[in-house]
Amino acid sequence: MTEAAPREPEWQRLDPRMLAVTPLRQLAGFLPVIAVVLVIGVGQDLRGRLYGLLGVLVVVLAGVLRWLTTRYRITNERVELRSGLLFRSARSIPRDRIRSVDVTAGPVHRLFGLSVCKIGTGEHTEGDESHELTLDAVSATEADHMRQRLLERLAADDPNHSGVSVPSTATELATLNWSWLRFAPLTVSSLVAVGAVAGAFGQLIGEVSDVADLGGVREKLSMAPLWLSVAAFAVLVPVIALVGSVLIFVEAWWGFRLVREPGGTLRIRRGLFTTRSVSLEERRVRGVEVVEPLLLRAGRGARTTAVATGLGGRHGHGRGTLLPPAPRGEAHRVAGAVLTEDFSPTSATLRRHPLVALRRRLVRAVLPVLAGSAVLWLAPVPAWAAWATLGLLPVTVLLALDAYRNLGHALSSRYLVTRHGAGVRDTVALQRSGVIGWTVSQSFFQRRAGLVTVTATTAAGGGAYHVIDVWTADGLAVAEQAVPGLLGPFLQHDVGGAAHTLSSRL
Amino acid sequence: MRGSLRLRPPRHLVSRRAIMWWTAQAALEVAAVLIPLVVGLIVWGGARPWLAGVTAAVAVVGLGYVLVMPRWRFRVHRWETTDDAVYTSTGWISQEWRVAPMSRIQTVDTERGPLQQLFGLATVTVTTASAAGALRLTGLDRALAEDLVEQLTYTTQATPGDAT
Repeated sequence: MTEAAPREPEWQRLDPRMLAVTPLRQLAGFLPVIAVVLVIGVGQDLRGRLYGLLGVLVVVLAGVLRWLTTRYRITNERVELRSGLLFRSARSIPRDRIRSVDVTAGPVHRLFGLSVCKIGTGEHTEGDESHELTLDAVSATEADHMRQRLLERLAADDPNHSGVSVPSTATELATLNWSWLRFAPLTVSSLVAVGAVAGAFGQLIGEVSDVADLGGVREKLSMAPLWLSVAAFAVLVPVIALVGSVLIFVEAWWGFRLVREPGGTLRIRRGLFTTRSVSLEERRVRGVEVVEPLLLRAGRGARTTAVATGLGGRHGHGRGTLLPPAPRGEAHRVAGAVLTEDFSPTSATLRRHPLVALRRRLVRAVLPVLAGSAVLWLAPVPAWAAWATLGLLPVTVLLALDAYRNLGHALSSRYLVTRHGAGVRDTVALQRSGVIGWTVSQSFFQRRAGLVTVTATTAAGGGAYHVIDVWTADGLAVAEQAVPGLLGPFLQHDVGGAAHTLSSRL
Repeated sequence: MRGSLRLRPPRHLVSRRAIMWWTAQAALEVAAVLIPLVVGLIVWGGARPWLAGVTAAVAVVGLGYVLVMPRWRFRVHRWETTDDAVYTSTGWISQEWRVAPMSRIQTVDTERGPLQQLFGLATVTVTTASAAGALRLTGLDRALAEDLVEQLTYTTQATPGDAT
């Protein structure tokens, strides 16, 4: 602090406990190797031990250096972070640009009572990280304090915050129901589990075989009969998928709570080992999305995601996630609760799209398969390959039917609702006031069929939400009704077949 | 009322020189595919009879593309600005109409590639807060583009709105 600027707060260092955390986390990465070495007891020579010691020393020194050179401060106007010794970097975010303060704490951090604080502006320029600032790490209390301080200011700063009623106390919108665990195997996390186990196993085999042959295990494995391997595989994979996905679910969603905090923030807290806290300003919410992937849909489950600005990217790296995989009804209820609507617009009755859209989907499902089959028929491969390709037809046709069944849209007093997707059914309710432009597109075949795809562009979520394959007139009418006056000046009614407009094309 | 409502084309055509620009672009694209094929044909021509067929097919389709696409595009590409919005139509086989209200416009940029400079053209890009909502007015006369940018910048500054 200098005399010239007495009110400038002092530069602060990160929490000194990081000196222990950084090396420990690095070591955690080597745990499998260490475990293997300990179990098998490979006799390392002196040089190996020296290298190991040197490695640990380097990690510790790097941590000390990072701690010594990293400083941050929060002034009334900005949050600033300086780091680096050789490559100095200084980052500064104006406080009125801050849109999110996310707090996460991994197991090692929690052991030392620390949290990582990630402050974001919500702008997402491709490949540019300057809109985000990560404090790794500060004490858990400091992180929580910082979160409140930076976000409260946001709510106070916003005079035209009128759309949503702000409650004076925190209200709980959703908590975890352990019966939802049944949805865990129906999500991608089951695939993730299988992949992770396979990857870890492969790595272990690789590392171990470098060290020792594990008493000829590999030889025994390669001698086992084929049917045994296949059977083991058939049993192991589902078991791993089941157990793994349940474990992932429990780790990710333990203690899940979705709370509306005073000051207009939605806060999601969850996590068993790694705790996560994500705050979402309500005035940045432009809508909600209910997603039903095929398997989850088969189990009558769904996920709910916020469509909000400033999350970065389509689903904002999961930051918009409002709910674990949950029963469909609950997903819609939470969607409504987040939007402060009694009846969720996502469960509104939707208008079906023209039957021509079904024809388009069927053509797209059938033609590529027939073409592929024809090519195989001509190519120098056995004839059964061409026939086998035709076996895909039932699958693609079913997907086409599903895609058509999922098409729909509706316009309510405040929302544009649209649904589409083959396999993954995606229902979006977008606030009409959040629409900041329209894109009407028409492919050659759509033009022949008299259809268009009307896309509402928005600053939130994926940036564009589509009403796919509607009659041209219907699509344009929906767009004009949703945001009166925006598309209207560029529309024309044909009177008796002749267009009354100044410049008519062709 | 079905079928009676449609989008009218935006008021202004792009510069006629855009046809030449698109033709040059298309010619370069086709050449990028055709030249390696021809080289291949010269190097091991006799041994690859199917290569001659592929080359001929590419040449025919490419020629058609070079001749048809620019003229078709010229009939589709149009733009218009009103006090409240920017309106464009683009494409040829697939077409697209885009509208962005003045109050939501964030930036207005011009951009001139080497080919565009050659033909005295410029592209004006109008971005909104949406990651998917940018409007591109391609093949405008350079002087006109500069005026347009100035006018749009002025209008968007005068129009209230937080752009999101």
